[in-house]
Amino acid sequence: MASTAGAAGGLDTFPKYLLLNAERFADRPAMRFKDYGIWQSWTWAEQLEEVRALSLGLAELGVVHGDKVAIVGPNRPRLYWTFAAVQALGAIPVPVYADAVAEEMAFVLDHAGVRFAVVSDQEQVDKIRSFAGRIPSLGDIVYDEPRGLADYDPEKLHSFAAVQARGREVLAADPDAARRWEEKVRSASGDDISVMLYTSGTTGRSKGVIVKAGPAVRATLDTVGFDALTEKDSVLAYLPLAWVGDHYLNYAQSYVSGFSMACPESQETVPQDLREIGPTFYFAPPRIFESLLTSVTIRMEDASRPKRWLFRRFIDVARKYGEAILEGRPVPLSGRLAYALGDVLIYAPLRNVLGLSRIRIAYTAGEAIGEDLFSFFRSLGINLKQLYGQTEAFLYVTAQKDGEVRSDAVGPAMPNVDVRIAEDGEVQFRSPGQFAGYYKEEEKTAEVMTPDGFIRTGDAGFFDKDGQLKIIDRSKDVGRLRSGALFAPKYVENTLKFFPNIKEAVAFGHGRDFCAAFINIDLQAVGNWAERNSIAYASYQELAGHPEVLRIILAHVGEANLRLSREELMAGSQVRRFIVLHKELDADDGELTRTLKVRRGFIGERYHELIEALYDGSTEKYVETEVTYEDGRKGCIRATLSILDAPVHGEGRLRWREAAE
Amino acid sequence: MDARLDLAGLTGARDPIAHGDVLLDVRNVSLSFGGVKAIADISFDVRKGEIRAIIGPNGAGKTSMLNVINGFYTAQHGSIVFRGRERRAMKAHEAVGQGIARTFQNVALFKGMSTLDNIMAGRSVMMRRGLFWQMLRHGPALAEEIEHREKVEEIIDFLEIEHIRHTPVGKLPYGLQKRVELGRSLAMEPVLLLLDEPMAGMNLEEKEDMSRFIVEVNRQRGTTIALIEHDMGVVMDLSDRIVVLDYGKKIADGPPEAVKTNKDLIDAYLGVAH
Repeated sequence: MASTAGAAGGLDTFPKYLLLNAERFADRPAMRFKDYGIWQSWTWAEQLEEVRALSLGLAELGVVHGDKVAIVGPNRPRLYWTFAAVQALGAIPVPVYADAVAEEMAFVLDHAGVRFAVVSDQEQVDKIRSFAGRIPSLGDIVYDEPRGLADYDPEKLHSFAAVQARGREVLAADPDAARRWEEKVRSASGDDISVMLYTSGTTGRSKGVIVKAGPAVRATLDTVGFDALTEKDSVLAYLPLAWVGDHYLNYAQSYVSGFSMACPESQETVPQDLREIGPTFYFAPPRIFESLLTSVTIRMEDASRPKRWLFRRFIDVARKYGEAILEGRPVPLSGRLAYALGDVLIYAPLRNVLGLSRIRIAYTAGEAIGEDLFSFFRSLGINLKQLYGQTEAFLYVTAQKDGEVRSDAVGPAMPNVDVRIAEDGEVQFRSPGQFAGYYKEEEKTAEVMTPDGFIRTGDAGFFDKDGQLKIIDRSKDVGRLRSGALFAPKYVENTLKFFPNIKEAVAFGHGRDFCAAFINIDLQAVGNWAERNSIAYASYQELAGHPEVLRIILAHVGEANLRLSREELMAGSQVRRFIVLHKELDADDGELTRTLKVRRGFIGERYHELIEALYDGSTEKYVETEVTYEDGRKGCIRATLSILDAPVHGEGRLRWREAAE
Repeated sequence: MDARLDLAGLTGARDPIAHGDVLLDVRNVSLSFGGVKAIADISFDVRKGEIRAIIGPNGAGKTSMLNVINGFYTAQHGSIVFRGRERRAMKAHEAVGQGIARTFQNVALFKGMSTLDNIMAGRSVMMRRGLFWQMLRHGPALAEEIEHREKVEEIIDFLEIEHIRHTPVGKLPYGLQKRVELGRSLAMEPVLLLLDEPMAGMNLEEKEDMSRFIVEVNRQRGTTIALIEHDMGVVMDLSDRIVVLDYGKKIADGPPEAVKTNKDLIDAYLGVAH
């Protein structure tokens, strides 16, 4: 493949890159870790030494080509070294989520046929020992932190330091051992399995995704080239070790580009460590950006009046010019000057507090991100982009190029990745890093691989006019309106939920004439508004039914419809009628899952009268709803709800008229 | 990482008493405030390396007992033998000098100071340089401060409180304050650690964490521990031996299994109906 050209000429495993980096970047930092309050660092040459000692020590324990080695724990240098040490022996690292309960972990270790486990501490040792008897293949356990393990039966239990010491003994005793180890690394095949990543298993049992070394390296080369990552970049590895994103963005990209990876002192110190390290490449799911913004907002509210004024003033400037300046679009001189002043007074200090001062590239992915939230960070001069990926792709499928960034799309296909939209709207891809199959699950592998070698993502989407992919929903949730137009409930709901006053929305429309919705107001946002405008209310129900509130929501729905109307495929899904619900959707009533996702089917049954009212043209409806209080008591609330008609835009309106006539 | 292992020998090294010997011997101690007899003729011992619990209902004289041991109060009768030396009265700072540290029932930290500074304060008794050099903060005093800071960082790592290193302790939740207080007493590298209700007001998870720390201090550092605690589950799990007080009198003494079945204890403390 063309992408393997350049300095790295044809390397096809990560340990091969370790050898290369120990030569070309010998004195550059490879790993940092804050221990006892001080940042310790290891150069690439030192990292090679650590990995080699561990690798030879593991070989002494009996790790051989093809063995599966579980890696369990937080982001620690020693666990990252384990990946390379295991790969260097031709064995297969199997990272497992550290917070998995014993039962889940037992399933993965058993399914993968794990022979060894390298874990962080006593907690993980206890967990594995609790089920070790049920997994015949499982042998020795190696632990990093010795605390609490002094009194344990030492059989089949080794400290990380002891294993490395054993490796160093081998090196000292046999001057040829290092050369033979390197020879083994150099002669390894790119067809070996690089890693087995278990999916988190939100839908059923988790599956082991097999990623081969050659494809893994090829995929990494493409993304390293795409974002021009070099040995001068740095990251903070703080996301779960077992997740493809962490393994790819940090481990794989670090080995291929030579950048340095920092491990936080503990999970709780991440914000502070971020500030101290100042990474140049950063990934976070939308909820982390959301909590960053919330913390900024809260702290600003406590600030003195002049500071608040200054902050608001310059955030407005940033909102107006920030993104244009970031993308190099033309901006009037006055705007540039105001922005430069704002940068000195507000943006630069703010970036510094957030630990984002040196960010060159930041990504978010995983779920839809609100336009305001996305723009806020970009307007501060942070190059935040979106990507779309999957474990099965070894992460990247699409990503946004610098300067071509929007909040509502995830970018065009990555270099060397083919993406197509199937008949039913499902996104399918073929990529250099794509997985070789699910471990011991041929049937499931066949389900997701098309005969011509594409992978089914299970997501529905479409390409926008500018070639960026838009993900609208899980493809099994996508339906059709009676007119035959595509109906993607989650897309409609997300469009509505981007308004801070709307907390939750449930859209209906499959098999119907038009799209209609239930809406929950956000008590905090709307409550604040009511307080500011001296509107008195005694309960959620009263506030939700207040004519002024309904007017606001109506305007929001109209605005959402305008946004939907701009998209060819979504224009038919504009919300024509809606109800502002008299109660909050609640997990205690079974309306939401425990992770607060809407249970559309259940809501459809529970409120079927209301749904009928949405479609029969009535303007109000009386309902009685049973509710469960937090202490388990049941009650009943009664209300007469108004059903409102929302304005629709563009072509969609014509179709509606035709349908009505 | 391995530096932590050095700690194991640290506290025991300067102590001539071997593991399992009597470290502290309380002999016929009595204490009264005016007409109130807080402690009446109590004797018990604490052996080196063990976890010794003192239990009893409210007002039984448990905290008074700890206060006598670390020199807060002076007993009117009886004597205390600590590391082979007998004494009747002792100032609190002398107790510290001899290797006795304690935590309090109500957290007693410097609320406005950070976690780090509070634990550093625990090491002030071990600083060799005088005030003059410390104020200069140069040369030997600086070298010494760096050495102390290293020890403090080991404690911070041990108690898993890295994230609150720079937080003023007044802002911390109660469970964490208790942990910081334990950290400060550990900073003194005590031979005998007195804990007054280390788990009071904690939730289950915090209790589990605290139990783990106490066991670890005991096992890894070899520190002898005497503790007062009301949570019977914790007491029975943690302690090697238990002494039971009631109205200033000792009513039972022995390993958990023996004490658990002692009828006097059940009457006095667990309050089971007859």
